[in-house]
Amino acid sequence: MNAIQSIGRLFLSFLELVGEVAVFSAVAISHCLRPPFYFRLIGRQMLEIGYYSLPVVGLTTLFAGMVLALQSYTGFARNSVGAEGAIAEIVVLSITRELGPVLAGLMVAARVGSSIAAEIGTMRVTEQIDALVTLSTNPFKYLVAPRMIAGVATLPLLILIGDIIGVFGGYIVAIYKLSFNPALYLRNSWDSLFAEDVITGLVKAAVFGLIVTLMGCYQGYHSRGGAQGVGAATINAVVTASILILILNYLISAMFFGV
Amino acid sequence: MTVPKIRLQHVRKQFGDNVVLGDVSLDIMPGESVVIIGGSGSGKSVTLKCILGLLTPDSGSIEIDGQSVVGIGDHEREAINAKIGMLFQAAALFDSLAVWENVAFGLIEGQGMPRADARVIAMEKLAQVGLTEEIGLMAPADLSGGMRKRVGLARAIAIEPEILFFDEPTTGIDPIMGDIINELIVDCTRAIGATGLTITHDLASARKISDRIAMLYKGELVWVGPTSEIDETDNAVVQQFINGRADGPIELEVRPL
Repeated sequence: MNAIQSIGRLFLSFLELVGEVAVFSAVAISHCLRPPFYFRLIGRQMLEIGYYSLPVVGLTTLFAGMVLALQSYTGFARNSVGAEGAIAEIVVLSITRELGPVLAGLMVAARVGSSIAAEIGTMRVTEQIDALVTLSTNPFKYLVAPRMIAGVATLPLLILIGDIIGVFGGYIVAIYKLSFNPALYLRNSWDSLFAEDVITGLVKAAVFGLIVTLMGCYQGYHSRGGAQGVGAATINAVVTASILILILNYLISAMFFGV
Repeated sequence: MTVPKIRLQHVRKQFGDNVVLGDVSLDIMPGESVVIIGGSGSGKSVTLKCILGLLTPDSGSIEIDGQSVVGIGDHEREAINAKIGMLFQAAALFDSLAVWENVAFGLIEGQGMPRADARVIAMEKLAQVGLTEEIGLMAPADLSGGMRKRVGLARAIAIEPEILFFDEPTTGIDPIMGDIINELIVDCTRAIGATGLTITHDLASARKISDRIAMLYKGELVWVGPTSEIDETDNAVVQQFINGRADGPIELEVRPL
């Protein structure tokens, strides 16, 4: 087989994969919008995706805010004065617009995306999904839709809390290490923040919630070949969700703040 | 003339170049118990999955109660599956649910029955297969293989289906438990008057639970007849299989030492 054939084959495989994901997404989203809704399962997934992800997201954004304040100050201290106002602005904008959603999205992709892929993948290879079908229950409705609804609904809330914790991290470093004036720092933070910044972050959060749960469900649903297949599905779920988060983060930023 | 409960006509299914089912035709009458026997890879599971709608045949037709079930929509399939109970080879119990919730699943999710009512029925079905209420409160992961099969059977009969499918019901359990499972299958199927279709390579099980046996070999039904006549048949494939001989027309793909 020559190189052109190999490239052609790879390209066709890629198109096939994109088509499969698109069809899966369309079916999954249609089930998210049509009754019946499994509210108990949605509630359970919201707890799993949102509440139990809070510690890891909180810690990540806390230290991101802290290091951002520290590094910004180090950079500004070299050649400028009046860093107090600029650092507050940098921390609050970076956290709400970019770091909060992206870091939280990546953390949730690692924690929740892998868990969803492993759970649904195990159900696939142990015939539990086939059992659902024979029990007159649509697996998209029962397994996929509750996770996607919970992901889209929960991630914005999770990231909002992460934003607050991240800004608080910057505040801790600014006040206790850099000896800034607390009242002035808080006022500068508040003055720098516009509704658009928070809304952008929340839109990103909802999109990332969809991507993480969708990739977890897709990879798990199509896993094959026992434990090894479930392992591969888990890896693929995390990797694809992470890459898509980074790409979509840029696209959404360009859409809201593009010049 | 009575309409067959399940009718397969010229069903063909292949994966890539591998023809798993070549041309399978079989009628199963209401109340009848048919067992499909055959070696590993002969197409037994694929036949069952085609009937259940988990796989779509490449050609041929499958009817349940005279209604074609190939290529039907989700809602029609759910209505058809509401008539069906299925015992999976490894039971396929839902790990995240308690044992009684597994048994009651079809009642709660499929029929919309209140949980309290479904729980009462689930406990009755568990008792029917010889399991206590304490076991009903346990997680599936805490059960032995035989217990899991019995829970799977309780789940299959909980909705009192018109058709029961059994996928290798005695595989992976000891002979005594296997016989208990066979007896439970016969009793439970008779109790609800269901039509049964079992796939297995366990001859003892096949003889115990079937009215008729069909032998599947290389994707074709090479023999179909009453259970009482299987020992008398001069079909060489059937004879080799039921007597477990290495020599004969059935060629296993094994590399010589």
